[in-house]
Amino acid sequence: MVQRHFILRVTTKLLMPFILLFALYVQFHGDFGPGGGFQAGVIFGAGFVLYALIYGVEAAEKVAPPGVIRVIMTLGLLLFVGVGYFGLFLGGAFLDYNVLAHDPVHGQHLGITLVELGVGITVAATMITIFLSFAGRNRT
Amino acid sequence: MIAAHLPALQIVIPLAAAPLCLLLRKGDLAWALSLLVSLIALAISAVLLSQVLAHGPISYELGGWAPPWGIEYRIDVLNAFVLLIVAAIGAVTIPYARRSIADELPESQLGGFYTALLLCLTGLLGVAITGDAFNLFVFLEISSLSSYVLIAMGRDRRALTAAFQYLVMGTIGATFIVIGIGLLYMATGTLNMADLGARIPALGANRTIIVAFAFLTVGATLKLALFPLHFWLPNAYAYAPSAVTAFLAATATKVSIYILLRFFYTIFGPAFQAEDLTLHSLFIPLAVIAVLVCSTVAIFQINVKRMLAYSSIAQIGYMMIGVSFDTVTGLTAGMVHLFNHAVIKGGLFMALGCIVLRVGTCQIDDLAGLGRRMPLTMFAFVLGGLSLIGVPLTAGFISKWYLVQAAIELDDWVVAAAILGGSLLAVIYVWRVVESAYLRPAPENAPDEVSEAPWSMLVPTYILIGASIYFGVETSLNVGVARAAAQFLLGGAG
Repeated sequence: MVQRHFILRVTTKLLMPFILLFALYVQFHGDFGPGGGFQAGVIFGAGFVLYALIYGVEAAEKVAPPGVIRVIMTLGLLLFVGVGYFGLFLGGAFLDYNVLAHDPVHGQHLGITLVELGVGITVAATMITIFLSFAGRNRT
Repeated sequence: MIAAHLPALQIVIPLAAAPLCLLLRKGDLAWALSLLVSLIALAISAVLLSQVLAHGPISYELGGWAPPWGIEYRIDVLNAFVLLIVAAIGAVTIPYARRSIADELPESQLGGFYTALLLCLTGLLGVAITGDAFNLFVFLEISSLSSYVLIAMGRDRRALTAAFQYLVMGTIGATFIVIGIGLLYMATGTLNMADLGARIPALGANRTIIVAFAFLTVGATLKLALFPLHFWLPNAYAYAPSAVTAFLAATATKVSIYILLRFFYTIFGPAFQAEDLTLHSLFIPLAVIAVLVCSTVAIFQINVKRMLAYSSIAQIGYMMIGVSFDTVTGLTAGMVHLFNHAVIKGGLFMALGCIVLRVGTCQIDDLAGLGRRMPLTMFAFVLGGLSLIGVPLTAGFISKWYLVQAAIELDDWVVAAAILGGSLLAVIYVWRVVESAYLRPAPENAPDEVSEAPWSMLVPTYILIGASIYFGVETSLNVGVARAAAQFLLGGAG
């Protein structure tokens, strides 16, 4: 079992950094081109899914322990809501980005980046959680 | 400064607390946070209602983007009323849930339970508060997805199939709604409901609009479980954890009726239905069948939770009768019953939850002799039952009174007779429980330790049951606000 799928194992290892990097590209280039938090999160999560498919669920859980992923999942949503509250405390409406920086353009930029980051984190963590809970269903 | 942001806080406080509950993990901490949040939500909704009554509709621009481009939270008398109902039921359910849920769920699931409950609360409040049609769909999905999870947590394994059935039907309903919204967007290019309401009359008898109307109507009707589309409801209510049943029975279908009202009156406007479609010729027969058939089916149930679930479908029939009359009295009656039924059914399901906690089941035969062993719980059930039947001096009587009045105004004697007939059927199914609890001796092999339910559950139960008596005598809140909302809707204010 250990030595099977040699080509797949090596290819996965080679592809892994590019998948994750591409996810980050889609994430942070989202406000200039196609992309955004949801798409990036899905790509990032798909990287982990591929890893789990090739190396097994145990190995994937070593990289992404379910307890930690669960916390990360909530942190993404809290980041999103937190940005909303922050705008409120600075005197704007909820989710008003204009007040986040010294001028509205920078504020909008900062706001959308942070909110999309929150979306990306939550989507990636949720994808991984869903996959691992289905894949790990027959154990224990 | 904070007062201006109350519409946003109404939604985002429960929304932010939901992931925190998941992080807290410990059941009691998550419960305490949920309790705090639900009380804050209730306070906010009460302030919003008083502001709306005093100064007229409130508009809140989310993110500072002006409507119709940005998402607008728009609160008028109608949705301030619905917000108050949902928030109040939430604030009563959460104190009740602590003991009930600790008994029915494993400790490890408690954090997740409160997360799902708060998300459901967020979704229901969000549906009520938003002035944007697509945002309404998103909140509807938040509340629906979390309620599927909540129902699936029931300890009976049949809860899983019940939740799955609800998921399939609920998803079809939500898909119909989003198709309808998509068609409206196609025809008008806007998603803001007030803006839609302003643009649709100009388009005349546009086929796209009529198809959108059909999709929205069927979708909302599925969600609110009107008679032929109610099959998901009895199992979902019967097998969900007790506190969840009480919460959903009192809020979820009510919010769906609100959606229907919002679509009919704000988006399409009363003129649209009157000219192009005669909906009441469809809804009134279905609602009357719901009242008569489902009340009859309720009589033959052996599981009391299922019995009350069928009774809920019948009560939804009453609300739909009122709503379909399309007159101020009819709409008032429908909305008064929406409020009263939330209070009555919430209280009844809570009393039933107390029984489930102590006895373990709610089969009608297992209730034998409980009148002596759990006097306070059974007394609450009897009071709630009387209110459900519509005995004078209870909230149920007020609803029936206005409904019959609305029917007589239109010379619709058949409907008036059906409303009274439904009450007689309710007497039978409530009596079956009373008979079992008070007139039959406890079975020989009954466990001795069955005693009264804990105070933390009895007090919320009695708050709702007490409210169902209070609002039968002092009707300025339920009837007064409902009438104001009905006049607002029919006044063509858009």
